[in-house]
Formats: sequence, structure tokens, C-alpha cells
Amino acid sequence: MEQFVDFSLIDWSRAQFAMTAMYHWLFVPLTLGITIIIAIMETIYVRTGKEEWKKMTKFWMTLFGINFAVGVATGLILEFEFGTNWSNYSWFVGDIFGAPLAIEGIMAFFMEATFVAVMFFGWNRVSKKFHLVSTWMVALAVNLSALWILVANAWMQNPVGMWFNPETARNEMIDFWAVLFSPTAINKFFHAAASGWVTAGVFVVGISSWFLLKNRHKEVSRKSILIGALFGLGGSVLVMITGDGSARQVAQVQPMKLAVIEGLYEGEEGAAFSIAGYAKSTNNPERPYEKEMHSIKIPKMLSLLAFHEFNAFVPGITDLIEGNDEQGIISAYEKAIRGKKAQQMLRQFKDTKDTNPVEHARLKALFEDKEWIDNYFRYFGYGYYYDEDINVFRTNIARLVPNIPLNYWTFRIMVGLGCIFIIVLALALWWAYKRKLEGKKWFYYVAIICVPLVWVCTMCGWAIAEVGRQPWVIQDLMPTVSAVSQVSVGAVKTTFILFAVTFTILLIAELKIMFMQIKKGPKEG
Amino acid sequence: MKKQALPYRIFRFYYEGFASMQLGKTLWAIILIKLFIMFVVFRIFFFKNFLNERFDTKEEKSEYVIEQLTK
Repeated sequence: MEQFVDFSLIDWSRAQFAMTAMYHWLFVPLTLGITIIIAIMETIYVRTGKEEWKKMTKFWMTLFGINFAVGVATGLILEFEFGTNWSNYSWFVGDIFGAPLAIEGIMAFFMEATFVAVMFFGWNRVSKKFHLVSTWMVALAVNLSALWILVANAWMQNPVGMWFNPETARNEMIDFWAVLFSPTAINKFFHAAASGWVTAGVFVVGISSWFLLKNRHKEVSRKSILIGALFGLGGSVLVMITGDGSARQVAQVQPMKLAVIEGLYEGEEGAAFSIAGYAKSTNNPERPYEKEMHSIKIPKMLSLLAFHEFNAFVPGITDLIEGNDEQGIISAYEKAIRGKKAQQMLRQFKDTKDTNPVEHARLKALFEDKEWIDNYFRYFGYGYYYDEDINVFRTNIARLVPNIPLNYWTFRIMVGLGCIFIIVLALALWWAYKRKLEGKKWFYYVAIICVPLVWVCTMCGWAIAEVGRQPWVIQDLMPTVSAVSQVSVGAVKTTFILFAVTFTILLIAELKIMFMQIKKGPKEG
Repeated sequence: MKKQALPYRIFRFYYEGFASMQLGKTLWAIILIKLFIMFVVFRIFFFKNFLNERFDTKEEKSEYVIEQLTK
């Protein structure tokens, strides 16, 4: 592996992608939720005819407009990177990614472009009802837009519904519905979308609390808090349900991710959930990844969360690397040998194309043989970690373990903050409903502090999803080492800096304009 | 009064919408500058498609990727 992999190129390419994806995600979650909040407020306006609701609708719509304008198209940078920095990956998945992204482009983008215009230009130009329909269509479109991206991401985490064509070296979609309705995709979409709804709820409650702190727009703020908190709480419930679904999916298709999130080295029946802890290296040369975990635990909770059974076996990192015959877990070493075999078959398939048609046909049949696919091709990516020298092999295999502290702590920060938001939103809802928010300065400050924290929370969620699946770009099939383009490290560093500067300027612009508009507050008319 | 043609009404809708914008003008300026930087500067000078730059046909691209995946 060391002889053909430039780790500095991989690290910079990953850093570049992570940075652009994170900046892009700064803009997305608010859009997902606030469009629905705006649509709810406008619905109340249309039903009651009270100008106060129109004023509220227009105020939050302006903040959405700022976020939308600054954030729109930032995701396209990721597509540029696929073609330039991740060309092997881009080629390998082309057909699978193409379909969802094309649907996203055609359907959601055009819906947004049409109805966003009516939403902003249509006041007093179209009927109230048509305007309301347009607002709801924008909310639907931005959430649908996220659906297709998340379906594509879910396929990378759990590749289904495809066949690898050895002639073209591309995966071809054979079952669109399997890709769209894979449990990973369903959970991922609702989990990410609902996290955006919580983000918007917390944002609305936080900004409204700032107005209350300043003794401004009291009734508008109270009503905004009512809607924002109720909607945010609904989002929180969905986040919990889909979080549970995601955990069970991860336990089945990405057990290593679950093990590193928990810092679980040795698998066990009735596994405990770790609340907080630390790991100490065992200095075992045969197991360079191995550590000793010390933590405060809740007995049997992990088995319950992952498999809905108190005594279910949860595999640990050691089980997944060394194998566990008793539990029917194949070792990563065996997977690497099988993956290497699949790679050799692909190579032979290419080499025999013009020289040995009989052998070429036999090899092609292998790539259509379900049993061979299930036993060899499914471990294709592990083949990169194989080496004839056992010491090098061990070092390579240790690379299959993702960064444990990062995954362990981001998960706990995400869950901890999620729980805090539920409490804050519930209190906000109750006090706003009972008209008892007045004078609770400490609560206003808490709600305001929650605004940046909700972004920290959602970023942690993505860090777990993406860092937790390392080294895989496509689970078990393609690791980052084989996905990256052979471009110069200098070129990647240059674009990294360019993006960092551009996106930082955009973020500063967004914050500046947003703060300015918030200071102005809701206006009449 | 005679009703104007639909394309004209759509044009007027957008024209008047853009003309009456206040904060929107700043936002559109941000969008246009951003799109220029992304599609003209980044895309043309820094983000050439790796495979398209090196190979003309799909066969050549496949050969190259298989080479990369199996080395």
C-alpha cells in the first residue's frame, strides 16, 4: 500500500472535501426548517387575515432569503471536486450518483427557482392563496432537494441496487427503488431533514429571545417562539426516532462505525453504553489499533439501542479486525485476501480481453455470479490493505479503524446538545403558551447561546456519519486510497486555501447581513 | 381592459420584482459574484475534469480506472 499511496495527497484531498462540505452544510439546515416555519406562519396569516402574521412571515422570509442567497450553489463545489480530485470514485459510481443528482437538479432546483420568485416578488402581485401555495412548494422543494443528495450519500454508506460492470469499471443501477428506499437512505433523509427542522426551531426561538431581551416586538416574538418551539420539538422527536433507526442500520451494515463511536474494543453480549471515558494504548505490536477503554457505562444499553435486545451481541473493533468464529464474523485479514482476489480477477479480465476470449468470458461470468459477488467482490475494497509481508499487512489492516476519539466525542456532543435543545424548546413552548416568558432574562441568554450550538450539533452528526465510515468512500468497495485522483498535492493545497478564503468571506457576508436585518426587526406591511 | 399575453406578464412580474428589491440587490450581487468565481475562476482554472482532460473515449477512461483500481 505504502508504495502506491501518497498519504499527504489523500489527507489534503479529504481536508478539502471536508472543509467545503462543512461550509455548505452551514447554510443547508436552516433552509430545510425555516421554509416550513414560514409556510406555517403564512398559513395562519391567510386563515386569520391578521397582519401581525404577515409581518412575522416576511421577517423570517428575509432571513431565509439571506441564507438561501449566500448558500445557494455552494454544494456545486463538491461536484467539481468529484471530477478533479476524486476521479476514480466519480467514474466508479457515475451511474448511481447520476440519477439522484439529475432528479435533484431538474425537479427541486426548478421548483425552487420558480416558487422562490413568487415567494419574494409575489406579495400583492398574486393571490394570497397562490402565494401560500408557492411558499409551501419552496419548503417542499428544498426538502426534496436534500432527499436526493442524502439518497446518494446513503448509497455510499450502504451500496445496494447495483451491479458492477467489469467492462467499464462502473457500477450500474439495476434497482432504482432499492437505492431510494434503502433503510439507510430513509433514516438518513429524515434524520438530516429533521435536524434541519430543529436547527430552524432553535434559530427562531433564539432570535426571538434576543428581541425579548431588548424589549422589542414582544408579541411577534412570543408567537414566533410558539411556532418555532413546537416545530423544533416535532423535529426533535423525528430526530430521535430516525436516530434510533440509523443506529440499528449502522449496527448491521457499518459495525466498525458503531464500535468506534462506543470505543468498544471487545465485543460482548449485553453490551454497555459508554457515557464518557478514555482509552489507553496496550502497545501490542500484533494489534497496533488496540487500546484499553475505561468509561462510565450503562449496562446492556448499547445492545438495546443497536438491536432492541438486552442481550444481543455487539461486535467490537477486535472482533471486526481479528474475526470471531463463534459469532460468524470474518476477519478483516480474510476480507483483504478475498478483496485482493476480486481485484486480480478484474485485472485478468482486462488483460484477457484481446488475448484469451474463453478466459475473458469465464471471468465476466464471475462478475454476474451472485455467490462469487457475495464472497469476493463485496470485499473488493479490502484488497488494497493486503500485503504478503505480515507486518506490513498488520499495519495496513489497522488503517481500517476510523479515528476513535473524534467519533466517540462528537457522538456524545451531538446527543448531549440534542437533549439540551429538547429541554430549551419545551420550556420556551410552555412559557410562551402560558405567557410567562416575560422577564426570564437567563432563559433568553440560554436560547441565544443555543443558536450557534445547534450548528455545532448538526456538524457533529455529519462528522460521525463521514469520519465514522473511514476509510471507506463506498462501504467495503472503495477506500479513499483508491478513490483519489493522482493530482499534485500542491494543487490540492492551493484550492483548499482558495475555498477557505472564499467560503469564509461568504460566511462573514451572511452573518453581517443577517445581523443587520435582525437588528432592524420585523417591519409593517 | 385587454389582458396582456402570459409571457409578457411573467416578464413584468420578474422585472418589477427585481426593480423593487432593496436588500435583494445586495443578495443578487453576492450570488452573481459567487457564481462568477465558482464557474469562471474555479471551474476553468482549477477544477478541470481529471479523466476528460487525459482521455477522449469512455474505453480509455475505463482502462485507466481499472489500471488504477488493480495496481
